[in-house]
Amino acid sequence: MGTNGVLKTKLKNGLTVLIKEVHNAPVATFWMWYRVGSRNEIPGLTGVSHWVEHMQFKGTPKYPSGVLDKMISREGGLWNAFTFIDWTTYYEVMPANKIELGIDLEADRMLNSAFDPEEVASERTVIISERSGSENSPVWLLYEEVLGAAFRVHPYRTEVLGEMIDLKTMTRDDLYHHYQRYYVPNNATAVLVGDVDAGQALKAIEERFESIPQGEDIPEVVRPEPPQYGERRVRLNREGQTAYVLAAYHGYEIKHPDFFALAVADSILAGATSINLMSTSGTSNHTSRLYKALVETELAAGVSGGMTATIDPYLYTILATVRDGHTCQEVEDALHAETNRMAQGDISKQEFEKARKQAKALFAYDSESVSSQGFWLGFAETLVGDYEWFDTFLDKLMAVTLDDVKRASADVFQPNRRTVGWYVPTGGSQEGE
Amino acid sequence: MASQNIHIHAIPGPDDIHRTELKNGIVVLSRENFTSPSVVMEVRIPGGALQEPPEKTGLANFHSDMLMRGTQTHTFDQLFEEIESIGANLDISSGGHTYTVGSKSLAEDLPTMLRLLAEVLREPTFPADHIEKVRGEIMTSLQMRAHDTRRMATLTFNELAYPDHPYSKSVTGYLETVENITRDDIVEFQNNLGPRGTIVVVVGAIKAEEAASMVEKALGDWENPAQPPRPEAPPVSRITEVCREFVPIPGKTQADIVMGYPGPARSAPDFKAAQMANNILGRFGLMGRLGEAVRQKQGLAYYSYSQIDGSLGPGPWKIVAGVDPANVERAIETIRQEVGRIVKEPVTVEELSDNKSYFKGQLVIGMETNEGVAGSIMNMELHQLGLDYLRQYPAMIDAMTADDLQAAAAHYLDPDAYALAVAGPE
Repeated sequence: MGTNGVLKTKLKNGLTVLIKEVHNAPVATFWMWYRVGSRNEIPGLTGVSHWVEHMQFKGTPKYPSGVLDKMISREGGLWNAFTFIDWTTYYEVMPANKIELGIDLEADRMLNSAFDPEEVASERTVIISERSGSENSPVWLLYEEVLGAAFRVHPYRTEVLGEMIDLKTMTRDDLYHHYQRYYVPNNATAVLVGDVDAGQALKAIEERFESIPQGEDIPEVVRPEPPQYGERRVRLNREGQTAYVLAAYHGYEIKHPDFFALAVADSILAGATSINLMSTSGTSNHTSRLYKALVETELAAGVSGGMTATIDPYLYTILATVRDGHTCQEVEDALHAETNRMAQGDISKQEFEKARKQAKALFAYDSESVSSQGFWLGFAETLVGDYEWFDTFLDKLMAVTLDDVKRASADVFQPNRRTVGWYVPTGGSQEGE
Repeated sequence: MASQNIHIHAIPGPDDIHRTELKNGIVVLSRENFTSPSVVMEVRIPGGALQEPPEKTGLANFHSDMLMRGTQTHTFDQLFEEIESIGANLDISSGGHTYTVGSKSLAEDLPTMLRLLAEVLREPTFPADHIEKVRGEIMTSLQMRAHDTRRMATLTFNELAYPDHPYSKSVTGYLETVENITRDDIVEFQNNLGPRGTIVVVVGAIKAEEAASMVEKALGDWENPAQPPRPEAPPVSRITEVCREFVPIPGKTQADIVMGYPGPARSAPDFKAAQMANNILGRFGLMGRLGEAVRQKQGLAYYSYSQIDGSLGPGPWKIVAGVDPANVERAIETIRQEVGRIVKEPVTVEELSDNKSYFKGQLVIGMETNEGVAGSIMNMELHQLGLDYLRQYPAMIDAMTADDLQAAAAHYLDPDAYALAVAGPE
């Protein structure tokens, strides 16, 4: 038994198992994490991880297509999956006495998904439709451009959904090989949290998973992004009436010693946010520096910061929606003035203390539901290789000093690390520049 | 393998929900949960868009945005400094019939949140400079809406489904009506808010009686003799033909379809049957029969589902799909066939039993969070279902028949007469 009541073990085939009893509601959640995402993709096969995730809902000999979803729904349960740049995860939330169904189906589809050619063909149009739907969003389009400019070498340069051309040409066997290579117990973590008996739960997991053979070792991704020398800029002239500015800075990977210092800087600059995808609560950002500098001054209609925890260094982003009557340039100037202030170390003790208090409250909210705890445990294990990262999250945040925040800000908020994107609408009353 | 103590925190009911009525008419409901240090508060106050004149459409929304812009004791900055520095949140929004407040904080900060809530509801100052700030933000969001296929399809659907009815109007308003709204309008609109009919639900790490007395301390002396009754929606007539409109939005790669009908209010006798029929039509499993026909079998869309609003008035029962512009007609035809099937044929024995089981399981899953519990308690009070409603719920579900579902579907849906809006590229 580890800290905070978590039972951790590794099966002979390499599957990591984490179990935590939580008895405040008769609910349990099962999560299956795989260390694969768009980070593991190469040109020609971009989007393959996300498409494989879709195919995992298309059936096995034991649970054919259309049967599984009904079995889950029948118990009032819910299930879903996320594909991200570094990982893919599947989860079920069920009445606790039915959670074995989740364990059984995850074990089954780790090994036995059919990838039926007809199902692949029909899902191709769904996948293309998902990308087309995203392309309807100006902000999504702008992110895609900025990613491509900020990363020249690292696979992080491509959106998780993949390039349209690859979605049109990828074959059934491409998908199936990706599945066979990465969906192996030694590349996975199973997490169970909820109103269960840990000993019995472990037995149930062992029964279903132990017979799955260990796979080959997963090749490490070695395409580090070379250093950037000088600011990069992209510009999109497209339909719409609203302009957007996106500033992206090369940030820190999750294991970087100043990762938490950057999180505190983000909180001061753009407002406190959670990195837990299951998070449903937070606080507003009306007292953040960027809100004051951009929104209260009526240059922008909204602003938000984006901090992502990743295996390799990713981007820290700031997105602003330009208000009618103002220009991208005005918003960008005001934005840089704020990041420059941070870089110069103009951060008060008071702001620093506030960020710490906010982080404490947000962490308390994020630790409430069983599904949110399931997320945290699997996320930490998958990214850091140790779920205790989650248990000691607050300690690490509280250990950050004001000097750490100043150092991280001075390092990250430099022109040499940034890419700036403008979305300039062609239908606006002004050019938006 | 479920643990033995599965009933520790059972479904909320009269024995563990503390309910009090304050002298001024506010109803307070609280329930304890000490498993985490936070508290959730949900408040509904009578008042909303149904009270605004057509030329000032968007006034209630504008007013609700302005409530947090300053009070007699706090400027905007001071207000949010208090809220954000303790990692709490306080959101106010308005719908057609009610304003909704949502708040989450650490339990120790509940008195602070209640004090601030009382201030923003009772002593807002509507500073003139913030009127223009908020107006600009709303105008920008309306411009964004004009280029958003989903929002434009929904907006147009509401116009088609609710001719000459207040539900045809956008709650956020339109460029020309938001431009019309003055500070005086907002000051006057404030008279619509008051304690009568207001419901406060508190769930979390605080003794139930203590929560009730904190609410009383903050809001017990709120009075507004001029408070009007909660606005009601006029009756709505059934659609008798196909009403269809296309909204061209250049440059888009996907079209959004919204098709549907005026649906049941939560108080309609056939609401629960309609809700279950809807679940079979467009939710159960991977988005029900619609998901199977449109997404699974034909690969026409990333999403295709149905939803039923069912609140204080006859909100829409609608089907939503995002499809390739080339597949719009095929998707509509498929949706029409599925609507025809749910109206003309009884659902199968298996579907009925699966869906009964679904609703009973959902009841349990919904209790996972304080937000879920607060929402359920609010529902019981707002729609006067009785505090033992959730306990009776499984039996009510079990009593439903395929005939009930078909009758409810036929009452509201028709494959040959519907409102349909499509927004996308030409």
